Amino acid sequence: MNTLQRTQIKGLFNSPIELPSLIDEIPLGIVVLDTQRRIMLINRTFEALSGFSMEDARGIHCSHILRTKLCMQKCPLKKMGSNSESISVESDMINKERELIPVLINLSPIKDTEGNLTGFLETVEDLRPLKEVDAKTQQAYGFRHIIGKSREMTRLFQTVPLVAQNDSAVLITGETGTGKDMLAEAIHQASNRAKGSFVKINCGALPETLLESELFGHQKGAFTGAVENKPGRFRLAHNGSLYLTEIGDLPLPLQVKLLTFLDDKVVYPLGSAKGFQADVRVIAATHRNLDLMVKERKFREDLMFRLNVVRLHLPPLREREDDIRLILDHFINIYATRFQKDINGLSKKALKILLDYPFPGNVRELRNIIEYAVNICPRGQMQFTHLPAYLSETKHYYDRLTPEVGESSEWTALFAESNSEHSGQKTWPSLEKDMIIEALVKSKGRRNKAADMLGWGRSTLWRKIKKYKIDA
Amino acid sequence: MEQKILIPLYLNQVAPRFDLATEVSIVSMGDDGRSIEKRTVVLPRASAEQLCHLVLLEKIGTVVCGGIEDEYYQYLKWKNVKVLDSVIGSFKEIVKRLESGTLQSRDIIR
Repeated sequence: MNTLQRTQIKGLFNSPIELPSLIDEIPLGIVVLDTQRRIMLINRTFEALSGFSMEDARGIHCSHILRTKLCMQKCPLKKMGSNSESISVESDMINKERELIPVLINLSPIKDTEGNLTGFLETVEDLRPLKEVDAKTQQAYGFRHIIGKSREMTRLFQTVPLVAQNDSAVLITGETGTGKDMLAEAIHQASNRAKGSFVKINCGALPETLLESELFGHQKGAFTGAVENKPGRFRLAHNGSLYLTEIGDLPLPLQVKLLTFLDDKVVYPLGSAKGFQADVRVIAATHRNLDLMVKERKFREDLMFRLNVVRLHLPPLREREDDIRLILDHFINIYATRFQKDINGLSKKALKILLDYPFPGNVRELRNIIEYAVNICPRGQMQFTHLPAYLSETKHYYDRLTPEVGESSEWTALFAESNSEHSGQKTWPSLEKDMIIEALVKSKGRRNKAADMLGWGRSTLWRKIKKYKIDA
Repeated sequence: MEQKILIPLYLNQVAPRFDLATEVSIVSMGDDGRSIEKRTVVLPRASAEQLCHLVLLEKIGTVVCGGIEDEYYQYLKWKNVKVLDSVIGSFKEIVKRLESGTLQSRDIIR
Protein backbone atom coordinates (compact mmCIF):
# COMPACT_ATOMS: atom_id res chain seq x y z
CA MET A 1 0.00 0.00 0.00
CA ASN A 2 2.69 2.45 1.07
CA THR A 3 4.90 1.48 -1.82
CA LEU A 4 2.23 2.81 -4.18
CA GLN A 5 1.98 6.03 -2.23
CA ARG A 6 5.71 6.39 -2.70
CA THR A 7 5.59 5.67 -6.46
CA GLN A 8 8.14 8.02 -7.90
CA ILE A 9 8.87 9.54 -11.29
CA LYS A 10 12.57 9.59 -12.02
CA GLY A 11 14.38 11.33 -14.82
CA LEU A 12 11.82 14.08 -15.40
CA PHE A 13 13.45 16.51 -12.99
CA ASN A 14 16.86 16.55 -11.33
CA SER A 15 15.41 14.76 -8.31
CA PRO A 16 12.64 12.13 -8.24
CA ILE A 17 9.07 13.31 -7.56
CA GLU A 18 6.09 11.42 -6.13
CA LEU A 19 3.43 10.48 -8.67
CA PRO A 20 0.38 11.04 -6.41
CA SER A 21 1.52 14.57 -5.57
CA LEU A 22 1.73 15.29 -9.31
CA ILE A 23 -1.68 13.92 -10.33
CA ASP A 24 -3.43 15.31 -7.25
CA GLU A 25 -2.93 18.79 -8.65
CA ILE A 26 -4.79 18.04 -11.89
CA PRO A 27 -8.39 19.34 -11.74
CA LEU A 28 -9.71 16.29 -13.60
CA GLY A 29 -10.58 12.90 -12.14
CA ILE A 30 -7.74 10.46 -12.90
CA VAL A 31 -7.91 6.69 -12.49
CA VAL A 32 -4.99 4.37 -13.22
CA LEU A 33 -5.94 0.71 -13.81
CA ASP A 34 -3.97 -2.49 -14.28
CA THR A 35 -4.69 -4.82 -17.21
CA GLN A 36 -7.39 -6.60 -15.16
CA ARG A 37 -9.12 -3.18 -14.76
CA ARG A 38 -8.38 -3.07 -11.04
CA ILE A 39 -7.72 0.36 -9.59
CA MET A 40 -4.11 1.16 -8.81
CA LEU A 41 -4.29 4.89 -8.29
CA ILE A 42 -6.86 7.67 -8.18
CA ASN A 43 -6.23 11.36 -7.73
CA ARG A 44 -7.81 13.76 -5.25
CA THR A 45 -10.27 15.18 -7.79
CA PHE A 46 -11.65 11.72 -8.43
CA GLU A 47 -11.81 11.05 -4.69
CA ALA A 48 -13.98 14.15 -4.30
CA LEU A 49 -16.12 13.29 -7.34
CA SER A 50 -16.75 9.63 -6.50
CA GLY A 51 -16.64 9.81 -2.71
CA PHE A 52 -14.25 6.83 -2.57
CA SER A 53 -10.83 7.30 -0.99
CA MET A 54 -7.64 5.86 -2.45
CA GLU A 55 -7.55 3.27 0.35
CA ASP A 56 -11.12 2.15 -0.44
CA ALA A 57 -10.57 1.97 -4.18
CA ARG A 58 -7.17 0.28 -4.40
CA GLY A 59 -7.38 -3.18 -5.94
CA ILE A 60 -11.13 -2.99 -6.60
CA HIS A 61 -12.48 -3.58 -10.11
CA CYS A 62 -13.10 -0.16 -11.65
CA SER A 63 -16.82 -0.81 -12.35
CA HIS A 64 -17.56 -0.82 -8.59
CA ILE A 65 -15.89 2.54 -8.02
CA LEU A 66 -16.57 4.39 -11.27
CA ARG A 67 -20.18 3.11 -11.46
CA THR A 68 -20.91 4.50 -14.91
CA LYS A 69 -23.58 3.26 -17.31
CA LEU A 70 -20.78 1.93 -19.53
CA CYS A 71 -19.37 -0.30 -16.80
CA MET A 72 -22.37 -2.65 -16.84
CA GLN A 73 -23.28 -2.33 -20.51
CA LYS A 74 -20.22 -2.34 -22.74
CA CYS A 75 -16.94 -1.40 -21.17
CA PRO A 76 -14.67 -0.05 -23.97
CA LEU A 77 -11.60 -1.26 -22.09
CA LYS A 78 -12.51 -4.89 -22.77
CA LYS A 79 -11.39 -4.47 -26.37
CA MET A 80 -8.60 -1.96 -25.79
CA GLY A 81 -5.12 -3.18 -26.72
CA SER A 82 -1.70 -1.59 -26.65
CA ASN A 83 -2.13 -0.21 -30.16
CA SER A 84 -5.62 1.19 -29.58
CA GLU A 85 -6.29 4.90 -29.74
CA SER A 86 -7.79 6.89 -26.87
CA ILE A 87 -11.57 6.85 -26.60
CA SER A 88 -13.77 9.68 -25.34
CA VAL A 89 -17.27 8.83 -24.29
CA GLU A 90 -20.09 10.59 -22.43
CA SER A 91 -21.81 8.68 -19.67
CA ASP A 92 -23.07 9.16 -16.13
CA MET A 93 -21.89 7.90 -12.76
CA ILE A 94 -23.47 7.54 -9.34
CA ASN A 95 -21.23 8.70 -6.54
CA LYS A 96 -21.27 7.75 -2.86
CA GLU A 97 -23.54 10.72 -2.13
CA ARG A 98 -26.13 9.04 -4.45
CA GLU A 99 -25.85 11.82 -7.05
CA LEU A 100 -26.17 10.94 -10.74
CA ILE A 101 -23.39 12.93 -12.38
CA PRO A 102 -22.99 13.38 -16.16
CA VAL A 103 -19.34 12.72 -17.02
CA LEU A 104 -17.00 12.70 -20.00
CA ILE A 105 -14.63 9.75 -19.80
CA ASN A 106 -11.38 9.50 -21.72
CA LEU A 107 -9.77 6.06 -21.89
CA SER A 108 -6.22 5.35 -23.05
CA PRO A 109 -3.86 2.37 -22.89
CA ILE A 110 -0.65 2.61 -20.86
CA LYS A 111 2.34 0.95 -22.50
CA ASP A 112 5.73 0.00 -21.14
CA THR A 113 8.98 0.93 -22.86
CA GLU A 114 8.65 -2.10 -25.13
CA GLY A 115 5.14 -1.24 -26.23
CA ASN A 116 3.36 -3.91 -24.15
CA LEU A 117 0.04 -3.09 -22.53
CA THR A 118 0.55 -2.54 -18.80
CA GLY A 119 -2.65 -0.82 -17.80
CA PHE A 120 -5.17 1.87 -18.60
CA LEU A 121 -5.57 5.54 -17.85
CA GLU A 122 -9.03 7.00 -17.37
CA THR A 123 -9.81 10.68 -16.98
CA VAL A 124 -13.25 11.63 -15.70
CA GLU A 125 -14.63 15.13 -16.27
CA ASP A 126 -17.66 16.36 -14.36
CA LEU A 127 -20.07 17.75 -16.97
CA ARG A 128 -22.51 19.34 -14.52
CA PRO A 129 -21.24 22.90 -15.06
CA LEU A 130 -21.64 22.51 -18.85
CA LYS A 131 -25.08 20.94 -18.59
CA GLU A 132 -26.26 23.73 -16.34
CA VAL A 133 -25.38 26.42 -18.88
CA ASP A 134 -28.29 25.21 -21.05
CA ALA A 135 -30.67 25.25 -18.13
CA LYS A 136 -29.52 28.77 -17.26
CA THR A 137 -30.38 30.16 -20.66
CA GLN A 138 -33.88 28.69 -20.42
CA GLN A 139 -34.68 30.45 -17.15
CA ALA A 140 -35.71 34.04 -17.51
CA TYR A 141 -36.44 34.58 -13.86
CA GLY A 142 -33.62 32.78 -12.20
CA PHE A 143 -30.03 31.95 -11.55
CA ARG A 144 -29.06 28.30 -12.01
CA HIS A 145 -31.80 26.33 -10.20
CA ILE A 146 -33.04 29.25 -8.12
CA ILE A 147 -36.04 31.10 -9.52
CA GLY A 148 -37.85 34.25 -8.49
CA LYS A 149 -38.96 37.65 -9.75
CA SER A 150 -39.51 39.49 -6.48
CA ARG A 151 -37.44 42.58 -5.83
CA GLU A 152 -35.24 40.85 -3.23
CA MET A 153 -34.50 37.89 -5.48
CA THR A 154 -33.83 40.02 -8.58
CA ARG A 155 -31.29 41.98 -6.56
CA LEU A 156 -29.72 38.71 -5.41
CA PHE A 157 -29.52 37.36 -8.98
CA GLN A 158 -27.68 40.53 -10.02
CA THR A 159 -25.22 40.24 -7.13
CA VAL A 160 -24.41 36.53 -7.24
CA PRO A 161 -22.56 36.41 -10.61
CA LEU A 162 -20.34 39.28 -9.43
CA VAL A 163 -19.71 37.65 -6.07
CA ALA A 164 -18.94 34.33 -7.75
CA GLN A 165 -16.07 35.79 -9.76
CA ASN A 166 -13.87 36.60 -6.79
CA ASP A 167 -12.57 34.42 -3.99
CA SER A 168 -14.05 36.27 -1.04
CA ALA A 169 -15.63 34.27 1.75
CA VAL A 170 -19.41 34.21 1.50
CA LEU A 171 -21.90 33.95 4.33
CA ILE A 172 -25.40 32.88 3.33
CA THR A 173 -28.19 33.42 5.80
CA GLY A 174 -31.83 32.47 5.59
CA GLU A 175 -34.49 30.34 7.18
CA THR A 176 -34.70 26.62 6.63
CA GLY A 177 -35.87 25.66 3.14
CA THR A 178 -34.98 28.97 1.49
CA GLY A 179 -32.30 27.44 -0.76
CA LYS A 180 -29.00 28.16 0.98
CA ASP A 181 -27.37 24.95 -0.33
CA MET A 182 -28.51 25.67 -3.88
CA LEU A 183 -27.18 29.20 -3.72
CA ALA A 184 -23.80 27.99 -2.43
CA GLU A 185 -23.52 25.47 -5.26
CA ALA A 186 -24.66 28.10 -7.77
CA ILE A 187 -21.89 30.43 -6.59
CA HIS A 188 -19.33 27.64 -7.00
CA GLN A 189 -20.60 26.67 -10.46
CA ALA A 190 -20.55 30.30 -11.64
CA SER A 191 -17.03 30.86 -10.35
CA ASN A 192 -13.66 30.15 -11.91
CA ARG A 193 -13.44 27.23 -9.52
CA ALA A 194 -16.30 25.39 -11.23
CA LYS A 195 -13.86 22.79 -12.57
CA GLY A 196 -12.63 22.15 -9.03
CA SER A 197 -14.57 20.27 -6.40
CA PHE A 198 -17.51 21.56 -4.43
CA VAL A 199 -17.17 19.90 -1.05
CA LYS A 200 -19.98 20.22 1.45
CA ILE A 201 -19.85 19.54 5.16
CA ASN A 202 -22.60 19.94 7.73
CA CYS A 203 -21.02 21.39 10.86
CA GLY A 204 -23.99 20.34 12.95
CA ALA A 205 -24.11 16.72 11.84
CA LEU A 206 -20.95 15.35 13.43
CA PRO A 207 -19.53 15.33 16.97
CA GLU A 208 -16.65 17.75 17.57
CA THR A 209 -13.79 15.23 17.46
CA LEU A 210 -15.06 13.59 14.28
CA LEU A 211 -15.74 16.94 12.64
CA GLU A 212 -12.16 18.07 13.23
CA SER A 213 -10.76 14.98 11.54
CA GLU A 214 -13.36 15.27 8.75
CA LEU A 215 -12.51 18.93 8.10
CA PHE A 216 -8.76 19.01 8.55
CA GLY A 217 -7.85 15.33 8.06
CA HIS A 218 -5.56 13.24 10.20
CA GLN A 219 -2.22 11.56 10.08
CA LYS A 220 -1.92 7.80 10.40
CA GLY A 221 -1.54 6.97 14.10
CA ALA A 222 -2.82 10.35 15.31
CA PHE A 223 -5.37 8.58 17.50
CA THR A 224 -6.71 5.08 18.12
CA GLY A 225 -8.36 3.92 14.93
CA ALA A 226 -6.46 6.30 12.65
CA VAL A 227 -5.00 3.49 10.57
CA GLU A 228 -4.61 5.53 7.41
CA ASN A 229 -3.84 9.11 6.45
CA LYS A 230 -7.05 11.00 5.82
CA PRO A 231 -6.91 14.08 3.57
CA GLY A 232 -9.80 16.04 5.15
CA ARG A 233 -12.43 18.12 3.38
CA PHE A 234 -10.20 21.21 3.11
CA ARG A 235 -7.67 19.20 1.18
CA LEU A 236 -10.36 17.59 -0.99
CA ALA A 237 -11.70 21.03 -1.82
CA HIS A 238 -8.25 22.26 -2.95
CA ASN A 239 -8.76 24.49 -6.02
CA GLY A 240 -12.50 24.33 -5.42
CA SER A 241 -14.97 25.52 -2.82
CA LEU A 242 -15.71 24.26 0.67
CA TYR A 243 -19.28 24.74 1.78
CA LEU A 244 -19.74 24.78 5.54
CA THR A 245 -23.43 24.47 6.20
CA GLU A 246 -24.89 25.16 9.66
CA ILE A 247 -21.76 27.12 10.56
CA GLY A 248 -23.63 28.37 13.63
CA ASP A 249 -23.36 24.84 15.05
CA LEU A 250 -19.54 24.74 14.72
CA PRO A 251 -18.06 24.08 18.18
CA LEU A 252 -15.97 26.95 19.61
CA PRO A 253 -12.57 25.08 19.55
CA LEU A 254 -13.05 24.36 15.84
CA GLN A 255 -14.02 27.97 15.24
CA VAL A 256 -10.49 28.89 16.34
CA LYS A 257 -8.98 26.34 13.95
CA LEU A 258 -11.13 27.61 11.08
CA LEU A 259 -10.11 31.14 11.93
CA THR A 260 -6.44 30.17 11.73
CA PHE A 261 -7.04 28.60 8.33
CA LEU A 262 -8.84 31.68 7.01
CA ASP A 263 -5.86 33.75 8.10
CA ASP A 264 -2.93 31.76 6.72
CA LYS A 265 -4.68 29.26 4.35
CA VAL A 266 -2.67 26.35 5.73
CA VAL A 267 -4.33 23.14 6.93
CA TYR A 268 -2.67 21.10 9.66
CA PRO A 269 -4.12 17.55 9.77
CA LEU A 270 -4.54 16.05 13.26
CA GLY A 271 -1.24 14.67 14.48
CA SER A 272 0.80 16.28 11.73
CA ALA A 273 3.30 19.07 12.10
CA LYS A 274 3.44 19.51 8.33
CA GLY A 275 0.92 21.95 6.95
CA PHE A 276 -0.77 21.90 3.55
CA GLN A 277 -1.35 25.13 1.64
CA ALA A 278 -4.98 24.79 0.55
CA ASP A 279 -6.43 27.08 -2.09
CA VAL A 280 -10.04 26.88 -1.03
CA ARG A 281 -12.91 29.29 -1.21
CA VAL A 282 -15.03 29.11 1.92
CA ILE A 283 -18.78 29.48 1.64
CA ALA A 284 -20.66 29.27 4.93
CA ALA A 285 -24.37 29.18 5.65
CA THR A 286 -26.62 29.15 8.65
CA HIS A 287 -30.25 29.56 9.60
CA ARG A 288 -29.22 30.95 12.98
CA ASN A 289 -28.84 34.60 13.89
CA LEU A 290 -25.06 34.84 14.02
CA ASP A 291 -25.10 38.46 15.24
CA LEU A 292 -27.11 37.36 18.25
CA MET A 293 -24.85 34.35 18.78
CA VAL A 294 -21.84 36.68 18.79
CA LYS A 295 -23.53 38.82 21.45
CA GLU A 296 -24.27 35.72 23.49
CA ARG A 297 -20.61 34.63 23.04
CA LYS A 298 -21.67 31.40 21.32
CA PHE A 299 -19.93 32.37 18.09
CA ARG A 300 -16.55 34.05 17.81
CA GLU A 301 -16.75 37.65 16.70
CA ASP A 302 -13.41 37.49 14.84
CA LEU A 303 -14.59 34.46 12.84
CA MET A 304 -17.84 36.25 12.08
CA PHE A 305 -15.87 39.20 10.66
CA ARG A 306 -13.81 36.91 8.45
CA LEU A 307 -16.79 34.99 7.11
CA ASN A 308 -18.98 38.02 6.75
CA VAL A 309 -17.05 39.43 3.77
CA VAL A 310 -20.00 38.98 1.42
CA ARG A 311 -23.31 38.33 3.11
CA LEU A 312 -26.20 37.06 1.03
CA HIS A 313 -29.60 36.79 2.65
CA LEU A 314 -32.29 34.56 1.22
CA PRO A 315 -35.67 35.99 2.19
CA PRO A 316 -38.37 33.62 3.48
CA LEU A 317 -41.09 32.71 0.99
CA ARG A 318 -43.77 34.68 2.87
CA GLU A 319 -41.75 37.82 2.04
CA ARG A 320 -41.57 36.84 -1.63
CA GLU A 321 -45.24 37.07 -2.48
CA ASP A 322 -44.57 37.70 -6.18
CA ASP A 323 -42.60 34.47 -6.35
CA ILE A 324 -45.08 32.01 -4.83
CA ARG A 325 -47.12 31.74 -8.03
CA LEU A 326 -43.99 31.41 -10.17
CA ILE A 327 -42.42 28.71 -8.00
CA LEU A 328 -45.76 26.94 -7.72
CA ASP A 329 -46.15 26.68 -11.50
CA HIS A 330 -42.50 25.67 -11.82
CA PHE A 331 -42.95 22.71 -9.45
CA ILE A 332 -46.28 21.71 -11.01
CA ASN A 333 -44.52 21.47 -14.39
CA ILE A 334 -41.60 19.53 -12.95
CA TYR A 335 -43.69 16.97 -11.06
CA ALA A 336 -46.36 16.62 -13.76
CA THR A 337 -43.57 15.75 -16.21
CA ARG A 338 -41.80 13.45 -13.78
CA PHE A 339 -44.95 11.55 -12.81
CA GLN A 340 -46.24 11.65 -16.41
CA LYS A 341 -49.55 13.27 -15.47
CA ASP A 342 -51.74 15.64 -17.42
CA ILE A 343 -52.23 18.41 -14.88
CA ASN A 344 -53.78 21.77 -15.77
CA GLY A 345 -52.78 23.93 -12.84
CA LEU A 346 -54.75 24.64 -9.69
CA SER A 347 -58.38 25.49 -8.99
CA LYS A 348 -59.15 28.97 -7.61
CA LYS A 349 -59.83 27.64 -4.13
CA ALA A 350 -56.65 25.54 -4.01
CA LEU A 351 -54.66 28.54 -5.25
CA LYS A 352 -56.16 30.79 -2.59
CA ILE A 353 -55.30 28.31 0.17
CA LEU A 354 -51.71 28.18 -1.05
CA LEU A 355 -51.35 31.93 -1.52
CA ASP A 356 -52.73 32.54 2.00
CA TYR A 357 -50.49 29.95 3.66
CA PRO A 358 -47.40 31.41 5.44
CA PHE A 359 -45.02 28.55 4.43
CA PRO A 360 -42.90 28.20 7.57
CA GLY A 361 -40.85 25.55 5.69
CA ASN A 362 -40.39 27.97 2.76
CA VAL A 363 -39.65 26.73 -0.79
CA ARG A 364 -38.94 23.18 0.40
CA GLU A 365 -42.39 23.00 1.99
CA LEU A 366 -44.04 24.42 -1.14
CA ARG A 367 -42.20 21.84 -3.26
CA ASN A 368 -43.35 19.00 -0.99
CA ILE A 369 -46.95 20.25 -1.06
CA ILE A 370 -46.94 20.31 -4.87
CA GLU A 371 -45.26 16.90 -5.08
CA TYR A 372 -48.00 15.52 -2.82
CA ALA A 373 -50.79 17.23 -4.76
CA VAL A 374 -49.51 16.03 -8.16
CA ASN A 375 -49.27 12.51 -6.73
CA ILE A 376 -52.85 12.61 -5.44
CA CYS A 377 -54.48 14.41 -8.39
CA PRO A 378 -55.33 11.86 -11.12
CA ARG A 379 -55.55 14.41 -13.98
CA GLY A 380 -56.91 17.82 -14.92
CA GLN A 381 -57.07 20.69 -12.47
CA MET A 382 -55.75 20.16 -8.95
CA GLN A 383 -58.49 20.85 -6.38
CA PHE A 384 -58.11 21.91 -2.76
CA THR A 385 -58.90 18.32 -1.75
CA HIS A 386 -55.67 17.26 -3.44
CA LEU A 387 -53.64 19.47 -1.12
CA PRO A 388 -52.34 18.08 2.18
CA ALA A 389 -55.10 18.21 4.81
CA TYR A 390 -53.13 20.37 7.24
CA LEU A 391 -53.34 23.31 4.83
CA SER A 392 -57.14 23.43 4.95
CA GLU A 393 -57.10 22.84 8.70
CA THR A 394 -54.80 25.80 9.33
CA LYS A 395 -57.13 28.74 9.25
CA HIS A 396 -55.58 31.88 7.97
CA TYR A 397 -54.54 34.13 10.78
CA TYR A 398 -56.57 37.07 9.46
CA ASP A 399 -59.71 34.93 9.79
CA ARG A 400 -58.82 34.20 13.38
CA LEU A 401 -58.09 37.85 13.97
CA THR A 402 -61.57 39.09 12.97
CA PRO A 403 -63.05 40.65 16.13
CA GLU A 404 -66.51 39.76 17.29
CA VAL A 405 -69.41 42.04 16.26
CA GLY A 406 -70.16 44.87 18.66
CA GLU A 407 -66.71 44.84 20.17
CA SER A 408 -65.27 48.30 19.91
CA SER A 409 -62.62 49.00 22.44
CA GLU A 410 -59.27 50.65 22.12
CA TRP A 411 -57.86 47.20 21.43
CA THR A 412 -60.10 46.86 18.38
CA ALA A 413 -58.78 50.14 17.08
CA LEU A 414 -55.25 48.97 17.71
CA PHE A 415 -56.04 45.73 15.91
CA ALA A 416 -57.34 47.61 12.86
CA GLU A 417 -54.24 49.77 12.80
CA SER A 418 -51.95 46.79 13.06
CA ASN A 419 -53.90 44.89 10.42
CA SER A 420 -53.61 47.65 7.86
CA GLU A 421 -49.98 48.25 8.70
CA HIS A 422 -49.03 44.68 7.90
CA SER A 423 -51.46 43.84 5.17
CA GLY A 424 -48.71 43.67 2.57
CA GLN A 425 -45.96 41.90 4.47
CA LYS A 426 -46.51 38.96 6.78
CA THR A 427 -43.41 38.42 8.84
CA TRP A 428 -43.40 36.28 11.97
CA PRO A 429 -43.01 39.26 14.33
CA SER A 430 -45.99 41.00 12.70
CA LEU A 431 -48.00 37.80 12.90
CA GLU A 432 -47.13 37.38 16.58
CA LYS A 433 -47.99 41.00 17.26
CA ASP A 434 -51.37 40.50 15.62
CA MET A 435 -51.98 37.36 17.67
CA ILE A 436 -51.28 39.25 20.89
CA ILE A 437 -53.57 42.10 19.88
CA GLU A 438 -56.31 39.64 18.93
CA ALA A 439 -56.04 37.92 22.31
CA LEU A 440 -56.13 41.27 24.10
CA VAL A 441 -59.17 42.35 22.08
CA LYS A 442 -60.99 39.15 22.93
CA SER A 443 -60.07 39.35 26.61
CA LYS A 444 -61.01 43.04 26.63
CA GLY A 445 -57.57 44.02 27.80
CA ARG A 446 -57.27 41.46 30.60
CA ARG A 447 -53.72 40.20 30.33
CA ASN A 448 -54.17 37.09 32.45
CA LYS A 449 -56.93 35.87 30.18
CA ALA A 450 -55.02 36.90 27.04
CA ALA A 451 -51.95 34.98 28.23
CA ASP A 452 -54.13 31.91 28.85
CA MET A 453 -55.62 32.19 25.38
CA LEU A 454 -52.15 32.32 23.85
CA GLY A 455 -50.89 29.50 26.04
CA TRP A 456 -48.15 31.69 27.49
CA GLY A 457 -47.23 32.74 30.99
CA ARG A 458 -48.15 36.27 32.06
CA SER A 459 -44.49 37.31 32.08
CA THR A 460 -43.97 36.07 28.49
CA LEU A 461 -46.95 38.08 27.35
CA TRP A 462 -45.68 41.12 29.23
CA ARG A 463 -42.24 40.78 27.64
CA LYS A 464 -43.70 40.46 24.14
CA ILE A 465 -46.10 43.40 24.67
CA LYS A 466 -43.08 45.46 25.60
CA LYS A 467 -41.06 44.11 22.66
CA TYR A 468 -43.74 45.04 20.12
CA LYS A 469 -44.54 48.28 21.95
CA ILE A 470 -48.22 47.35 22.02
CA ASP A 471 -48.65 48.95 25.42
CA ALA A 472 -47.42 52.26 24.14
CA MET B 1 -39.61 -13.48 11.90
CA GLU B 2 -38.51 -14.38 8.38
CA GLN B 3 -36.93 -11.50 6.52
CA LYS B 4 -36.30 -11.11 2.81
CA ILE B 5 -33.22 -9.44 1.38
CA LEU B 6 -32.81 -8.38 -2.23
CA ILE B 7 -29.36 -8.10 -3.79
CA PRO B 8 -28.94 -6.86 -7.41
CA LEU B 9 -26.16 -8.92 -8.98
CA TYR B 10 -23.60 -8.55 -11.74
CA LEU B 11 -21.22 -11.43 -12.42
CA ASN B 12 -21.77 -12.92 -8.93
CA GLN B 13 -20.92 -9.61 -7.28
CA VAL B 14 -23.20 -6.91 -5.90
CA ALA B 15 -24.13 -4.94 -9.04
CA PRO B 16 -22.25 -1.61 -9.20
CA ARG B 17 -25.55 0.15 -9.96
CA PHE B 18 -29.07 -0.54 -8.72
CA ASP B 19 -30.70 0.96 -11.83
CA LEU B 20 -28.71 -1.16 -14.30
CA ALA B 21 -29.05 -4.59 -12.71
CA THR B 22 -30.93 -7.25 -14.68
CA GLU B 23 -30.42 -10.05 -12.20
CA VAL B 24 -31.35 -10.03 -8.54
CA SER B 25 -31.06 -12.57 -5.79
CA ILE B 26 -33.71 -12.78 -3.08
CA VAL B 27 -32.42 -14.31 0.14
CA SER B 28 -34.85 -15.37 2.88
CA MET B 29 -33.41 -15.31 6.37
CA GLY B 30 -34.87 -17.42 9.15
CA ASP B 31 -35.47 -16.49 12.78
CA ASP B 32 -31.95 -17.61 13.68
CA GLY B 33 -30.47 -15.18 11.10
CA ARG B 34 -29.41 -17.96 8.72
CA SER B 35 -30.35 -17.95 5.04
CA ILE B 36 -33.05 -20.55 4.38
CA GLU B 37 -33.79 -19.86 0.73
CA LYS B 38 -32.02 -18.17 -2.17
CA ARG B 39 -33.61 -17.58 -5.52
CA THR B 40 -32.61 -15.58 -8.56
CA VAL B 41 -34.93 -13.36 -10.56
CA VAL B 42 -33.94 -12.27 -14.07
CA LEU B 43 -35.51 -9.02 -15.17
CA PRO B 44 -36.48 -8.39 -18.82
CA ARG B 45 -34.68 -5.04 -18.76
CA ALA B 46 -32.77 -2.86 -16.31
CA SER B 47 -35.03 -0.34 -14.60
CA ALA B 48 -34.87 1.19 -11.14
CA GLU B 49 -38.67 1.68 -11.11
CA GLN B 50 -39.30 -1.98 -11.86
CA LEU B 51 -36.80 -3.03 -9.25
CA CYS B 52 -38.54 -0.83 -6.64
CA HIS B 53 -41.85 -2.42 -7.69
CA LEU B 54 -40.33 -5.88 -7.23
CA VAL B 55 -39.05 -4.89 -3.78
CA LEU B 56 -42.56 -3.91 -2.67
CA LEU B 57 -44.21 -6.87 -4.40
CA GLU B 58 -41.90 -9.36 -2.70
CA LYS B 59 -42.22 -7.57 0.67
CA ILE B 60 -38.45 -7.17 0.88
CA GLY B 61 -37.12 -5.86 4.21
CA THR B 62 -33.56 -4.98 3.16
CA VAL B 63 -31.89 -4.11 -0.14
CA VAL B 64 -28.13 -4.53 -0.46
CA CYS B 65 -26.76 -2.67 -3.47
CA GLY B 66 -23.89 -0.67 -4.95
CA GLY B 67 -24.64 2.81 -6.31
CA ILE B 68 -28.22 3.97 -6.06
CA GLU B 69 -29.73 7.34 -6.95
CA ASP B 70 -31.00 9.35 -3.99
CA GLU B 71 -34.51 9.45 -5.48
CA TYR B 72 -34.87 5.65 -5.26
CA TYR B 73 -33.01 5.44 -1.96
CA GLN B 74 -35.43 7.91 -0.36
CA TYR B 75 -38.43 6.16 -1.93
CA LEU B 76 -37.42 2.77 -0.53
CA LYS B 77 -36.70 4.29 2.88
CA TRP B 78 -40.14 5.92 2.77
CA LYS B 79 -41.59 2.46 2.12
CA ASN B 80 -39.77 1.21 5.25
CA VAL B 81 -37.21 -0.78 3.28
CA LYS B 82 -33.70 -0.73 4.77
CA VAL B 83 -31.12 0.10 2.09
CA LEU B 84 -27.45 -0.83 2.54
CA ASP B 85 -25.83 0.97 -0.39
CA SER B 86 -22.30 1.40 -1.76
CA VAL B 87 -21.57 -2.20 -0.78
CA ILE B 88 -18.83 -3.95 -2.76
CA GLY B 89 -18.25 -7.70 -2.56
CA SER B 90 -19.16 -11.15 -3.82
CA PHE B 91 -22.65 -12.54 -3.26
CA LYS B 92 -21.24 -15.37 -1.12
CA GLU B 93 -19.39 -13.00 1.20
CA ILE B 94 -22.36 -10.64 1.44
CA VAL B 95 -24.63 -13.50 2.57
CA LYS B 96 -22.03 -14.50 5.17
CA ARG B 97 -21.99 -10.96 6.54
CA LEU B 98 -25.78 -10.82 6.51
CA GLU B 99 -25.94 -14.05 8.50
CA SER B 100 -23.51 -12.69 11.06
CA GLY B 101 -25.47 -9.41 11.15
CA THR B 102 -22.35 -7.34 10.47
CA LEU B 103 -23.07 -5.94 7.00
CA GLN B 104 -23.26 -2.15 6.80
CA SER B 105 -23.63 0.49 4.10
CA ARG B 106 -20.35 1.34 2.35
CA ASP B 107 -18.77 -2.00 3.31
CA ILE B 108 -16.05 -3.17 0.94
CA ILE B 109 -15.38 -6.90 1.15
CA ARG B 110 -12.21 -7.75 -0.74
